[in-house]
Amino acid sequence: MSDAITYPGARRPDRQRTVDSHGLAIAVHEWGDEGAPPILMAHGGFDFAGTFDVFAPMLAAAGFRVVSWDHRGHGDSQHAALYNWEADLRDAVAVFDAVSFDAVPVVGHSKGGSLMLQLADALPHRVSHLINLDGLPSRRSFPDVSDHQRTKLMAKELTSWLDHRRALVDAQRKPGTIDELAERRRRMNPRLEPEWLRYLVTVGARQDPDGWRWKIDPTLRFGGFGPWRPEWSMMRLPDIGVPVLAVLGTAPDPMGWGTAEADVLSHLPPAGRLVMLEGVGHFVHIEQPRRVADLVLEHVA
Amino acid sequence: MTTVLLQHNKVRLALHELRAGEGRPLLHLHGLAERTPPNVPAHLEAWAGPVWGLDLSGHGASDVAIGAGYFCEALMGDVDIAVAHLGAVTVYGRGLGAYVGLLAAGGRAEEVQGAILADGPGLAGGGPSPSSPAVPTAVGPPPPGGTPDPWALYELTRDVRPPDYAATFARQASTRSGLDTAIAVVGVNRPPWLEGVIAEPGVVECTLPEALATFGQA
Repeated sequence: MSDAITYPGARRPDRQRTVDSHGLAIAVHEWGDEGAPPILMAHGGFDFAGTFDVFAPMLAAAGFRVVSWDHRGHGDSQHAALYNWEADLRDAVAVFDAVSFDAVPVVGHSKGGSLMLQLADALPHRVSHLINLDGLPSRRSFPDVSDHQRTKLMAKELTSWLDHRRALVDAQRKPGTIDELAERRRRMNPRLEPEWLRYLVTVGARQDPDGWRWKIDPTLRFGGFGPWRPEWSMMRLPDIGVPVLAVLGTAPDPMGWGTAEADVLSHLPPAGRLVMLEGVGHFVHIEQPRRVADLVLEHVA
Repeated sequence: MTTVLLQHNKVRLALHELRAGEGRPLLHLHGLAERTPPNVPAHLEAWAGPVWGLDLSGHGASDVAIGAGYFCEALMGDVDIAVAHLGAVTVYGRGLGAYVGLLAAGGRAEEVQGAILADGPGLAGGGPSPSSPAVPTAVGPPPPGGTPDPWALYELTRDVRPPDYAATFARQASTRSGLDTAIAVVGVNRPPWLEGVIAEPGVVECTLPEALATFGQA
């Protein structure tokens, strides 16, 4: 039974609705008093707003209206035909427009951190404070292989991706039990507690007659290829004119960027602060929710 | 003109048979905001085999992607869906179609037997590196019929095309197609990505008749 699974401190959003983004329904989730000052939170890739179920209530309890949303194809948002960075940014702006046209504090984790960094660069009048949680990719570490070997690796990746695209019509994610889905997620989130991962299944998956399935669009997959370079995200950081708080976990993590402290410090704007959390992985707000919430509250005070 | 409808994820693609025949088809890929022409263009008449044309996502008789999100690798997937239907092809691409044809030639090198890259709308894309950030919240209304999707026009003129990234697809085509010449550049313009491609082995600069002859005999 899904309703039997709880997690200490986790609380589902107080309000949920959808916002239209150019024909696509984006699921919006809110914690806290509707009349309180808003703070916007963007989740990471392959996550969903429910991953803030412990972290967001802490900010709500401090007097904020915490607003998050499921990126297109993630969580309860509509599955799109296509996904790209610019579309994710437009979806974010559609959510901002539905909350406030004033400058508001924004928090982003991982991909959400990079998205909010670009949004703050493109639309600085919409952001009062920027908090980036382990979302500053700065370098790409290629394996030390020959050009010939790299060409072979890319061939394999391209073929796999195109085969995946050919098989997408009516594709569904693999069903399983709550434990099986939690175990699949653990492979990419090995530092997170099994009970938390089991809880996430009940939030981020749906129960079909043949088992549980993650809600995320089966079109989306890890890895891949493309022209994007990590440094294209970091180069936005010096532009930011509002107070910036960057929080990095130092522990190696499969989903982390492995961003070096020096890479951030050299790009940090004058109103910027970097906090390194020793022994904490990529999901800083899940591993250390109280500590990170206090950092955020101090930053926006 | 006979049209076959193919499904690529949530987008229905229109693949047009411009001329029936025997042998490996020539697959025409239009430029940005264009669509497949109603007949075989005169400059492609020399191709001995059948000629087909694909309307890319958001263009011509193909579907618009609701909520947009267009990127060239997805359009490479469009071409691959057409290849799955037709079997091995030679690609002729104009502008945007030239870049997408290059990606397809590298991505599915065993089945895309030669790509001819020609001038046309959307050849340069967004350049070799990101431009100033922008988040437009609206574009103009779609034309009657819905295509070309104004969001496709916006997004596919901002997509970044680094020369070294494009070159990796030329390398894939050269090493995996089994052809001595895998890519033929027949246009005049040379955006940075195309300069990177031209520097690769297995890529030639030639006239269109020469390219058609080369791949027609391959």
